[in-house]
Amino acid sequence: MNQLKTELVSQRQIAESIYEAIVYNESIDESFKPGQFVHVKAGGGSDPLLRRPISICHVEPKKHLLTMIYRAEGKGTNLLKSEVPGAVIDILGPLGNGFPVDELREGQTAVLVGGGIGVPPLYYLSESLQERGVHVHHVNGFQSKESVFYEEEFKEFGPVTITTVDGSYGESGFVTNQLDFSFDYLFACGPSPMLRALESYRSKGKVYLSLEQRMGCGIGACLACVCHVQGDTTALKYRKVCSDGPVFEAGEVVL
Amino acid sequence: MSRLQIELPGLSLKNPIMPASGCFGFGREYSKFYDLEKLGAIMVKATTAEPRFGNPTPRVAETSSGMLNAIGLQNPGLDEVLHSELPWLSEFDVPIIANVAGSTIEDYVAVSKEISKAPNVHALELNISCPNVKEGGLAFGTVPETAYEVTKAVKAVSSVPVYVKLSPNVTDIVEIAKSVEKAGADGLTMINTLLGMRIDLKTSKPILANGAGGLSGPAIKPVAIRMIHQVSQQVSIPIIGMGGVQTAEDVVEYFLAGASAVAVGTANFVDPYCCPTIIENLPLLLDDLGLYHIDELIGRSWKTEWTLQSSSR
Repeated sequence: MNQLKTELVSQRQIAESIYEAIVYNESIDESFKPGQFVHVKAGGGSDPLLRRPISICHVEPKKHLLTMIYRAEGKGTNLLKSEVPGAVIDILGPLGNGFPVDELREGQTAVLVGGGIGVPPLYYLSESLQERGVHVHHVNGFQSKESVFYEEEFKEFGPVTITTVDGSYGESGFVTNQLDFSFDYLFACGPSPMLRALESYRSKGKVYLSLEQRMGCGIGACLACVCHVQGDTTALKYRKVCSDGPVFEAGEVVL
Repeated sequence: MSRLQIELPGLSLKNPIMPASGCFGFGREYSKFYDLEKLGAIMVKATTAEPRFGNPTPRVAETSSGMLNAIGLQNPGLDEVLHSELPWLSEFDVPIIANVAGSTIEDYVAVSKEISKAPNVHALELNISCPNVKEGGLAFGTVPETAYEVTKAVKAVSSVPVYVKLSPNVTDIVEIAKSVEKAGADGLTMINTLLGMRIDLKTSKPILANGAGGLSGPAIKPVAIRMIHQVSQQVSIPIIGMGGVQTAEDVVEYFLAGASAVAVGTANFVDPYCCPTIIENLPLLLDDLGLYHIDELIGRSWKTEWTLQSSSR
């Protein structure tokens, strides 16, 4: 984990309100793992004040490039989207614990389930799994046709099913309607209701979920992003999404 | 003597910069970024008699040049702090200021008595101003009589000097400051957060699960400066100032208002290196201002020319 002054290499809109930014810094390397995140300072001033947690979508270790995909919806992300190549982007990272890629063996099957802005971290995960010889299936859910992104990119690593809530593209409905096949591992990132629905798939294989939460520091000091531990009768045990997570095995924390 | 050295009750500070309570945990996370011995002192997270989980999430919301928090005094409780966190911190040569919170005077007394015996705890910070717990906390800090009582009770059992953390959520902060001074407080720390709220346009409900929360960050700095300017002229105990400090210039402004040391809170979340950066920049700023020692700045905004001349070295 380090504070890096990165250089914005490129930035483009890839779906409705969704932007892809690629930044360069010599320290961006193999230490950036799938499922980790970076804490991004948008703009140089104090409004907005805090950093934005943004998932790691892809890393090219040899070229020292990091791809971040984010939704422009607040003050910070709207400032970020207006940055042009050459701009200095202050990031803190890599932060948190990612997906347990090393656990998987060649020939195993993994299902990657993404919802909306939860889709990006699964891209780097998918590449890493495919490199290990893991069979990867993708089920990515979006609101509508306009919000779909990275369909072709994911297809490089395995079959892709797209769902849209309004049925305007791909399969109509939620991702959970498209999961009737067997797997060794299921990895998911997306809104809490989706993650809660996926917890029951523990009976079919190992399930790991990446959580999203409002954060302060991003490094475990401020206790803004805590969650309860499942089965803890004292209700005092907790995990920090930023530094213990954001990836947890299903059943570990209360969603 | 170092240009930044400051002597306060219980505290011999190699520089007057310290992370504020609640913004630094017990130092473990920030020790991965820099050597904690660079700091003048560390104000650790509020400790209560029993462990507390705190409030439901969301616990933070952003505001213009600030943030709201309603963590709710989450902490591992007195035993864990005494047996794990403080011993870990004792590896560093840096004085600890232990922040004490509770719901009853008995709570404050029990925690203060034990925690003040820890060898690396050089002072207590009595938290009678946390806006985020229903019982106690702020209730003690907004009424002069109860502020007096809890301060007096803690002074009677504490092995180290006691600083009282004042709430800005009062009509007359001078009145509270005077009453805790009368009760024997060795110093004041000010200010705690200002009560605030943000409402989500989509849900039409407050963003924080707790509803209201404490506002911190640069947005509150002018409020803190004004209050320190007021209070420092009315009491004779030293003040550790806090609220929106981000730069060496901010620190100087606090000293000019009447503070003798400064704590850095929210800025740690934005820039983990902000404390050591401020410490590095302070001597350069003193040079620019044509001053040798930082203590020459204390209260300069209101002290008469005569007092300034006689106190300068």
